[in-house]
Amino acid sequence: MYSLKFDEDVCRTCPTGDCLVKCQYLEVEKETAIAEMVKIGQGEDSFVLHDCVTCYACEEYCRRGNYPFYLITERRQEKGLLTTPRAITRQWINIGEPQGKYRLGDVKERVLSFGFMPEFLRWIKGKLFEDVMPSFIFGQEFFCNVVYIHFANTAIIKERLPKVVDNFRKLAVKEVIFLHDECYGAFAHLAPAYGIEVPFKSVHYFEYLYNRLKELKDFIKPLNIKAAYQRPCSSRLSSDKHHFVADIMELIGVDLVEREYQDDNALCCGGIFSMCFGYDLAHDVQKRNIDDMVKHDAEYCIFNCPACQGSIGIQVAKRGIKPIHMIHLCRMAIGEM
Amino acid sequence: MNDIAQSLTKIVGKAYFSDQPEEAYFYARDPGLMPPHKPDYVVVPKRVEEIQEIVRLANREKIPIVPMGAGLALTGLVIPLKGGIVIDMKRMNGIIEVNEGGRHVIVEGGTSQGLLKAYLEKNYPRLRHSIPDSPATATIAANVMIHGQGRLTQQYGFNSDMIAGLEVVLASGEICKIGSCAISPDWFSKGAPLPDLTGLFLGWFGATGIITKVAVKLYPRKKLRDVEIFITDREDLIPAMVYELTHTEMVEDINIFAQPKPMIFKDNHHITIFMTGDTDEEIEFKRKMIWNALDGFIKSKDGGFMGVPPVMKPTLLETPQRSVSRFADVKKGGGFEYSGPIIMIDKYPACARKIVELGEKYDLGYSGMARIIGRSHAMMYGFAFTFNRADPDMMDRTREALHEVSEFALEAGGVFWKATVDEQKMAMSKMDPNTLDLMKMIKENMDPNGIMNPGNWEVN
Amino acid sequence: MKYADIVHRCFRCGYCKFTSDYTDFNCPTYRKFRFETYSPGGRMWLISAWLNDEIKNSERFQEILFSCATCANCVEHCVFTFSEDLVNIFIAAREEMVNKGIIPPPVRDYLKNINVNGNPYKEPASDRGKWAEGTSVETYSDQEYLFYVGCVGSYDERAKKIAKAVGSLLLKVGLSLGILGNMETCDGNEVRALGEAGLFQFLAEQNIASFRDLDVKKIITLDPHAFNVFKNDYPGLGGEFEVYHYTQVLAPLIQSGKISLKECNAKVTYHDPCYLGRHNGEYNSPREVLKSVPGLELLEMERNRGNAFCCGGGGGNFFTDILGGGEDSPARIRVKEALDTGAEIIAVACPQCAKMLDDAVKSEELDDRLAVKDVAEIVTGCLL
Repeated sequence: MYSLKFDEDVCRTCPTGDCLVKCQYLEVEKETAIAEMVKIGQGEDSFVLHDCVTCYACEEYCRRGNYPFYLITERRQEKGLLTTPRAITRQWINIGEPQGKYRLGDVKERVLSFGFMPEFLRWIKGKLFEDVMPSFIFGQEFFCNVVYIHFANTAIIKERLPKVVDNFRKLAVKEVIFLHDECYGAFAHLAPAYGIEVPFKSVHYFEYLYNRLKELKDFIKPLNIKAAYQRPCSSRLSSDKHHFVADIMELIGVDLVEREYQDDNALCCGGIFSMCFGYDLAHDVQKRNIDDMVKHDAEYCIFNCPACQGSIGIQVAKRGIKPIHMIHLCRMAIGEM
Repeated sequence: MNDIAQSLTKIVGKAYFSDQPEEAYFYARDPGLMPPHKPDYVVVPKRVEEIQEIVRLANREKIPIVPMGAGLALTGLVIPLKGGIVIDMKRMNGIIEVNEGGRHVIVEGGTSQGLLKAYLEKNYPRLRHSIPDSPATATIAANVMIHGQGRLTQQYGFNSDMIAGLEVVLASGEICKIGSCAISPDWFSKGAPLPDLTGLFLGWFGATGIITKVAVKLYPRKKLRDVEIFITDREDLIPAMVYELTHTEMVEDINIFAQPKPMIFKDNHHITIFMTGDTDEEIEFKRKMIWNALDGFIKSKDGGFMGVPPVMKPTLLETPQRSVSRFADVKKGGGFEYSGPIIMIDKYPACARKIVELGEKYDLGYSGMARIIGRSHAMMYGFAFTFNRADPDMMDRTREALHEVSEFALEAGGVFWKATVDEQKMAMSKMDPNTLDLMKMIKENMDPNGIMNPGNWEVN
Repeated sequence: MKYADIVHRCFRCGYCKFTSDYTDFNCPTYRKFRFETYSPGGRMWLISAWLNDEIKNSERFQEILFSCATCANCVEHCVFTFSEDLVNIFIAAREEMVNKGIIPPPVRDYLKNINVNGNPYKEPASDRGKWAEGTSVETYSDQEYLFYVGCVGSYDERAKKIAKAVGSLLLKVGLSLGILGNMETCDGNEVRALGEAGLFQFLAEQNIASFRDLDVKKIITLDPHAFNVFKNDYPGLGGEFEVYHYTQVLAPLIQSGKISLKECNAKVTYHDPCYLGRHNGEYNSPREVLKSVPGLELLEMERNRGNAFCCGGGGGNFFTDILGGGEDSPARIRVKEALDTGAEIIAVACPQCAKMLDDAVKSEELDDRLAVKDVAEIVTGCLL
């Protein structure tokens, strides 16, 4: 019912092939990149389908809106090319299945979405959120399901995401502030890519935090710290919001260290790599990433995604850098933590 | 008060003697499914001399005696099948001596797992024992006596393999030292190089004597401990995966579980792999070896390491794991019993399929849980069912399921662990007749009056 | 019986008997009697059996039920989701017994004395406020706080000294407070804990009405037992007040320098009272008060905070003594534990603990090595 809005001609006429040329895991030149994407578009086999590590970055690298990673995922699924051990995929599908155990706050037209991240039930308090709380939602019924593109499974997304949209529709919400980056990506990027209509305005929580911090500027005491930012894979689906990282840092007096693995060149946390590909790739990526933070004297590592924080937070701390989520950093800036 | 009651009162003191209905009710039962059998008396002695006197009295009066730890075997081993005197050992809970250089500790017959763990952590932080996941109140002597398993079993065998000597009170009331302590002041061996007499007591459920002291071997306790979980949807590959893991010799403990709930566990088999190290480097090296050992399965997509959620890790790393006990309340009924035959690991797939079959057939909450013994030498496969104690029908169905497990296990070449009375009979009916005769000879000679936990290992 | 639908859920695993780190058995009755029946798991199984007519009410059963000190160690350490109800279950079983009129004589006598005299000492109500003679503590009349003293603080000789010390100290730090004096009646915590729900309700409603009539908004209690019942049980009967244990108001005031203290070199260990600590999560305020005393060295017992070992006075035992004395009585074990820290003083924040531990020090013949003092007495002794 829902099909990807991919246009083969867009790839064929691409001037850069950036989706694969810029890939941090494949060594590909422009001509090869274009040729392989065309082949993939036509349903042929390609080494890309076997070697792509699912970091999502090509969704950002493609400036022509042609959804290269979603396409790779579709083709993998069609061809039965697993990225992930079957048991891992099954586990995640089971975890994401709606259980009727969702939680609703006092839901108004404007609502905070906790997705399916229980951390937010504890974290979301204080002045930053008092203009929306207690309007919140939480549970698998509101789970964005995007994560399954790591597992080469779009079928489950097409099955579940429309139902999730329906659940939002039933609440008659007009604006949803997504506290998980990937949830925002689901509704602002993936859903349109598949022609799934979204009946509300999606707001990235960075944008929300930025605006709230401006309203609460009298409470801000500059933190005067040096920090590295850990950019999650899902941020590649919302690259238009990435600038808010720097904007927030400027507001709250955080010096975002200029390092090698940042912005376009950010390295993911490697959490998915562990599950999919074994020891070496994940640990190599994590080591390079954290070494880079250490090298540039970061005192803090700011996380956007709780899952990233779960993956490398302890490793970061062991290297003498304090892991902190963006929400806690902002609360710290207004003296609440 | 009759003569026996008076005698017992004199031995242990009035405060530690009871012939009251309350104690009779409680000590007639354990948390498992065995029907109750009331004791006539319950005593809580403090010293081994009191135990000796109780045993002599029991012999004179031909009264059964049943020693009891915490009663957490769940298979009715402490239930006085023929009445008599239940001896609650838990007042004898001293830690007598730790020999740090020799890495062993001598404890009394009622010392609990928790107490020893706490004592070692405080006073000898570089030493640990093989602690099981039964509740912390479980006693060391009882666990050893039933051939229990613990955190170090994958490395060193059954917990009964890790002892360095016993002190026992025989059915005659005499005290016997078993092991090097019979000759030497040092408790460093349970038998070798002498004939190993521990076999006269271990596994006999108190039917040949009462353990009043046990020396337990201690092992290095590293500063760090971590856990990974490797999951697969292919139960038939579990033996091969375990084989590779045990080959690394990098692992502290391997537990495997499969259960339908909660959702995070549904459909898969989970190999929980524990590792220890004194430094991050050591742990990371071990982790790498372990991951690499299973790399082939990852590449074939037959298995992968799941991310252990931060909230789950502390639960898994607890010793003992309190979550094991919580299984009892899944049906909001405080009931938990499992049959845990010791069996070859290549039977894992059959066991895993069997428990699913039984869970569905009898409509029961279940968990299949295995602990690897030695370097893939065997496993304990626990067919665990949880039941509601207020639901007699569910309890009956659980009994039936467990009976089918017993039949299946025996057929599959397993040997019952902490066998119920029924399982003991099944085991004896299948046993080599000469072996059975040997057991009979031992039992009759060690307990001529049949007073030691009668009903257990009775070879007719 | 309330909770009848959950008593069967106990697995008798025994975690309820221990501290969180398993260093020792921490259930006072199990530690003393050593039969499983005297442990929380034993009580659960026996209550279930009693409700199913498998055992009868007997002297032994009553002893098992009424010896419970309601210290909540089991609530703290039971691994199951119904753990928070364990003490409530034991109280509910006591209620059943009270309703049937089959209870131990000491319990009967205690309840009778409360009913008839308004206090368990059979002393006249008119003597209730006499402890305040010689102090500047006045009768309540629109002060900011009502200082509620309780039966023990009003009548027990040892506890009266504590009441004087606390009342005087609170005035010294500048608090505006008054007492009800001989108008004060029993808070009912022990009545409730012993299962006399009807009498408790009567006492509570009476107190609530009196407090309302006097327009009381804030209450400081001497005794954690009163603190507990005012905070947790009175709201359900319409009594919503701001309730503090005295250490909670004292700590910030001392820390902000409201009084000057001299150097007092003493080694002190603090005994957490169950009704302040485990029941209500207050472990810090008394410690903060003690740490504010210059020169005072605060030494922790091995079992502290959520692992504190009860003095054995709770659950009505302070009056009924069903838990009893002897070498293995909780209080005697506790004072030996205090001695092991190297402390010279056991600091308490509960008059019942004070008396229990005082008596235990004497029984253990430790009078020359260990003194039991209330936190307020320690501070008062260090005033400049």
